[in-house]
Amino acid sequence: MNSLEVSNLKIGDDATGRALVRNSSFLVEPGSCTAIVGESGSGKSLTCRAILRLNPAGLRQSGSIALGGVDLTKLSEREMRKIRGRRLCLIVQNGMRAFDPSSVVGVHLRETLNRHFGWSRAEMTARMGKAMESVRLKDPVAVMNSFPHQLSGGMLQRIMIALALVLEPDIVVADEPTTALDTVSQYEVVEQFASLRARIGCSMIFVSHDLGVVRRLADEILVMRDGEIVESGPTRKIFSEPRHAYTRHLISAKEALNRRFNHVMGGDDVVDR
Amino acid sequence: MGAYIVRRALIAIPLLAMISFAAFVFQHLSPLDPAEVVLHSQGVPKITDELIAETRAELGMDRPFLIRYLDWLVSCLQLDFGKSYVANQPVWSLLGPALLNTLKLTLVSVAAILALSVALGVACALKAGRWLDKSIRGLSFVLTSAPSYWLAALMVWYFSVKLDLLPTSGMDSARSYVLPVAVIAIGYAGIYFRVIRSSMLGNLNEDYVLYGRACGLPESTLVRRVLKNSLQVAISIFGMAIPTILGSTVVVENLFAWPGLGTLSVRSVLSRDFPVIQAYVLVLAAAFVLFNAVSDIASAAVNPKLRNDL
Amino acid sequence: MRWLRPIGQDKLAALSLFLISTTLFAGLFAPFLAPHAPDEVHMELRFAAPSWEYWLGNDQLGRCVLSRLLYGIRPSVLWVGVALALSAGIGTIVGFVAGYFRGATDAVLMRICDGMLSFPGYVLTLAVIGILGVGLENILIAFALMKWAWFARVIRTSVRQYADSDYVRFAKTLGFGDVRIMARHLVPAALPDMAVAASSTFGSMILQISGFSFLGLGIQAPHAEWGMMLNEARTVMFSKPELMLAPGIAIILVVSAVNYLSDSLQLALDPRLATSRRAPHSRTVAESAKLQGSEVA
Repeated sequence: MNSLEVSNLKIGDDATGRALVRNSSFLVEPGSCTAIVGESGSGKSLTCRAILRLNPAGLRQSGSIALGGVDLTKLSEREMRKIRGRRLCLIVQNGMRAFDPSSVVGVHLRETLNRHFGWSRAEMTARMGKAMESVRLKDPVAVMNSFPHQLSGGMLQRIMIALALVLEPDIVVADEPTTALDTVSQYEVVEQFASLRARIGCSMIFVSHDLGVVRRLADEILVMRDGEIVESGPTRKIFSEPRHAYTRHLISAKEALNRRFNHVMGGDDVVDR
Repeated sequence: MGAYIVRRALIAIPLLAMISFAAFVFQHLSPLDPAEVVLHSQGVPKITDELIAETRAELGMDRPFLIRYLDWLVSCLQLDFGKSYVANQPVWSLLGPALLNTLKLTLVSVAAILALSVALGVACALKAGRWLDKSIRGLSFVLTSAPSYWLAALMVWYFSVKLDLLPTSGMDSARSYVLPVAVIAIGYAGIYFRVIRSSMLGNLNEDYVLYGRACGLPESTLVRRVLKNSLQVAISIFGMAIPTILGSTVVVENLFAWPGLGTLSVRSVLSRDFPVIQAYVLVLAAAFVLFNAVSDIASAAVNPKLRNDL
Repeated sequence: MRWLRPIGQDKLAALSLFLISTTLFAGLFAPFLAPHAPDEVHMELRFAAPSWEYWLGNDQLGRCVLSRLLYGIRPSVLWVGVALALSAGIGTIVGFVAGYFRGATDAVLMRICDGMLSFPGYVLTLAVIGILGVGLENILIAFALMKWAWFARVIRTSVRQYADSDYVRFAKTLGFGDVRIMARHLVPAALPDMAVAASSTFGSMILQISGFSFLGLGIQAPHAEWGMMLNEARTVMFSKPELMLAPGIAIILVVSAVNYLSDSLQLALDPRLATSRRAPHSRTVAESAKLQGSEVA
């Protein structure tokens, strides 16, 4: 497994000349989970997309993003396409909109797997089916033959996780994967994220503004504000002794919600692994 | 879906009844007495009151209004629209072939519009904001602001007179279609390609494109998905295009002497041939309603969400 | 009129506005501006090239093209504007009544509108000309008869949106009369949609009416009208194609200006279209109405 090292990442808007992400640097160790927290507009999603080089053409990015020693920013678009999905897997916020609304979800799954592995249809269905069962999707074949609007947000989120399980990437980048879900689906999806890492041993970048979820999943935390990383460190340390005022504000603001979430998740003990 | 079709059809029926009634009343609004028109067109030298009364009886105009309407409606349904005052032959023998010719022109035009606006819409959406997009939009803006007959005249002058490539009028061969279709297509494609463009742009910004890219799918696959989703939105608009164009080929047909409804209707208006005008209004309005219903049903078939709209 | 301000910032929109007002002015004062009488025949000057006395040259009867162009503004633009105002007026009243009172009133009025709209525009116009005979005023009557239903639908949709808003409900609870609520709250709110709908129709109406004149169904010779001038030029098109230029370009300029102004008006009134990178999913009332009313002349 490989580490991901982001150094001096800057993202600016060409049209307005505004800096959206300023000089951020961080390291994701192999097999670890780094969470990025911060309010909306702080540059979390932009950072995620920058790692996959998926920001729109109007945004300019600089700095280096090294995956296992290879600088992704230096690769051609073609080489980058081979890395996306296969070694870097993105999971987006809203499962309802992540799949082509006019095709059954199986189409996207098969197209992706065929692209990266060139398997036969039967093999793709078999592997996908197994992965989907492991994320507790009953009747995988029926799910694959459903249109996105016939499935729930939580199911679609778990389909994305199942696809990541089959693709076995080095790193899974999850951009607020639980924000659009209700509490129960949130719980199920977070559990699947936890076991995803255990099963394929990938590293994970997990963006969220929900500190309860972050506490459950992350080893390291980056706190972003206005495009800057204002604080970073091991999860427990950030929660026990936050140094930056903004971090303290975030933690206190989420305290009430946090308590409730921990209650739902079955107490604090899960964090202490 | 079946229930939707029934509901949609039920909406069309009162509309058709209203149209037929309006078309029937229409002939009574004219300041001219149809009997006089008939006598004039037959070249009767001296029109006496008796002659008029006789002709009125012959035309069945002395019976009660509602009876005449129902009689008329029944015969219309059997394609019997009476006799043309001027040509002295059944209206349908004039209208039928003309309708067919206009339908041919319309369908070929819609095909051209579809091809042109999809091609331009896709190209502009993929190059949004670049010079290709800007110049196509600018050109289409000017072209849609130009009268079609003016464009047509320029094209005739260039392609038929200067280059002597294409016929200026009539409907003799496939080449006769080129100029009329081009004129119609330029006008409408200029409107519809924008719909495709903005719908493509909306779809390109959707998460499924981002996720597809993040999964390593090539742009061609993603463009295909976006196109498919954009075309669904466009289908209802193109469905609307068929009836609209069917009813608005008037100028182009007259310009290119196309033997269709547009030419026939203007000729009938100028000679005040009421039965023909009446049948023309009735047939086109009915076609308009039917095509609209069909296009609604087609859109609902593609997009299940629309089925709840009625 | 706060919503008019962005137009001043767009140079092309300002130019369009200038062009339209100049045209309207020139049309109103054509008798003072035109260098010659529009129907003054000079057979010795047939097809003369532009000169100091005749800036745009002379037509097939030796008449001054510039003067005919200026007089042509009246039927081609001014009277079209009158017909537009008439149909927009009727449509607005019907739309307000239907949108505000709802229920049976709404249902009946909208069914009538559906009926009107089920006749394609050209067909209805031809029918009216068929009854009333050839002439510009009959075409204008046909247009007023035809378009009001379309306006009514647009205005109704927009009124319904605002009639649901809290401040209108509040005004109702306070016991304000219907007329007062409409005048105070709904008219200002629906005004932008009315402006966009009317301006977007204006361009296509100019084109369509000139088209009918071109077919010889509108204004009759020797009166000057742009479509009519093109019709006359067509007979000598093969030998003197340049006669098609002046009226054709005049129409394109005016219609472009109207369309551009209408687009920027819409943009000014619907900031979502201008600012967001994301294309709006739900189209605005005026925009979707615009597509429905699109008939090319």
